[in-house]
Amino acid sequence: MTTTTVARPTAPTAPRPAAVRQARPFPLVRHAAALTKRSLIKTWRTPEALIDVTLQPIIFLAIFATIFGNAVAGSTGDYLQFLLPGILAQTIAQGAIAIGVNLNTDLTKGIFDRFKSMPIPRSAPLLGAVLGDVVRYVIVAVVTLATGYAMGFRIRTDPLQAFAGCLLAVLFAVCLSWVSVWIGMKVRTSGAVQGVMFLIVMPLSFGSNVFVQTGDLPTWMQGFVDVNPLTHLVDSMRGLFLGAPLGNHVWWTLAWCVGLVATFMPLALRAYRRNL
Amino acid sequence: MNTDLVIEAEGLVKHFGETTALQGVDLVVPRGTVLGVLGPNGAGKTTTVRILSTLLTPDAGHARIAGLDVVRDAEQVRHRIGLTGQYASVDEDLTGRQNLVLFGTLLELGRAGARARADELLEWFDLTDAADRPAKTYSGGMRRRLDLAASLVGRPEVIFLDEPTTGLDPAKREAMWDVVRSLVADGSTVLLTTQYLEEADALADEITVVDHGRVIAHDTPDGLKRVVGGQTLEVRPADAARLAETAQILSQVSTGAPADELRKGMLAVPVADDEALTATVARLGAAGIAVTELSLHLPSLDEVFFTLTGRPASDETPGSPTTTRTPGSTDQEVAA
Repeated sequence: MTTTTVARPTAPTAPRPAAVRQARPFPLVRHAAALTKRSLIKTWRTPEALIDVTLQPIIFLAIFATIFGNAVAGSTGDYLQFLLPGILAQTIAQGAIAIGVNLNTDLTKGIFDRFKSMPIPRSAPLLGAVLGDVVRYVIVAVVTLATGYAMGFRIRTDPLQAFAGCLLAVLFAVCLSWVSVWIGMKVRTSGAVQGVMFLIVMPLSFGSNVFVQTGDLPTWMQGFVDVNPLTHLVDSMRGLFLGAPLGNHVWWTLAWCVGLVATFMPLALRAYRRNL
Repeated sequence: MNTDLVIEAEGLVKHFGETTALQGVDLVVPRGTVLGVLGPNGAGKTTTVRILSTLLTPDAGHARIAGLDVVRDAEQVRHRIGLTGQYASVDEDLTGRQNLVLFGTLLELGRAGARARADELLEWFDLTDAADRPAKTYSGGMRRRLDLAASLVGRPEVIFLDEPTTGLDPAKREAMWDVVRSLVADGSTVLLTTQYLEEADALADEITVVDHGRVIAHDTPDGLKRVVGGQTLEVRPADAARLAETAQILSQVSTGAPADELRKGMLAVPVADDEALTATVARLGAAGIAVTELSLHLPSLDEVFFTLTGRPASDETPGSPTTTRTPGSTDQEVAA
């Protein structure tokens, strides 16, 4: 360091904070927006952290469509139509694991101390991180649909319904990510966050209608499959992408979304405050 | 409540599970001054700073910043403080500029205001060239500067510096000291923790010494130095045969104790001030004694603790950097 200590470039009578800062409306929204931008810059700087939302849907679609296509449905093409909404739901749910892992690491660094010493709502850094991850879920939807199209998948409804299906999946992932955030605040190591979340997401993925129709699963399992939020999300997307009967699946998915946020967001925020 | 006391803490107690980090810390910092909180690792310095900067809630006792309670009025306290931790509390993936603009935005400076403030601070801290590189590519000294810049974005009236120079080399340490001095010249009030008496002596108006979560001494730097025996003058005559003669000269400048052979061929005496050095040089010159080493030391943290508590510092402290030399009195051969 060369000598850098020239006079402070501000007048000695620089206005104190009270004079500079004006009270503006919606502090939480603006602060969360600024912190969302931080999250997006970090994502942009570390593209290798996007493997779980880019390569994974491609590989899963290719593997499962080929393996199960012949064994389960007799043809890869028909099975791909059935499988794609399931893979999209599975990958997007797994994509929500990363946020808890990252926040767990972030908390040990000094940046969160700075946030906590600043006059901003305590929830803003968590909210910013959750909203910043929306981009990851959008990537899952785009990559899955693009790969599916290359492999022969076709939407049989209209673009608006397909868009609604994707939106529902992204919304579900945002809501599920609060579980990951909560666990990220509670456990001691990022590896443990990964482990616990895997134990939650795996049964949800395989104890669902992602790979086979509910009716083809063992009877004892069907009770779980019927309440599993992923089942409702997958059925919603099959309806919105392919025109299958929608029933109440969209409502059930939305109800799960509300339930997850109402339960895990307060838990996560409380754990975050206690983490001081 | 005295409004001229910007920081006041009374009886702060904090437990972490079984361990008691603080067992009743009191301190006061008048407006526009620097308080040095001196202590070894684990003494409770960081815990004190974290309570004063609203990151931790004390189990007992209370603290006020500019008259505002750090627990009850935490939100308002946060408008007035800037915190620089032991580790760089910036986002390593963001560039220096993005970090400062983010903090400016969060502090309601507005888009243009946040950018202008970031430019100003980058220039002041000599980071303009590195402004658009991710902070993780910065050197240790650059990170510290960015971290300090980040805590100044909102022009806080109270600044907490938790061991701001730990791990910095001497030149960078001096530069950091100059920054602190200019902050105080601007009217800020600073609380700085350190393991180095020399640092507290260079910057602080008053020093609070903490150990095991308790304040064990509070004084001005001069007062503290008087208590712990001022400075030590060390001399190594070029010719070991003249050790006795040198010892004789040294006892004339000593504050009391006779010259002591510290290591083989090296004599040490306690002295009151820098003038002892000049007097010694003159007398050695007159006697025609050449020396290979001549230096003046402030007591190390260990020595301070030994004097104050009768035992070594409570935790291990980095040894060598605490033995610092007064500028202009480095090991030099004095022509005799």
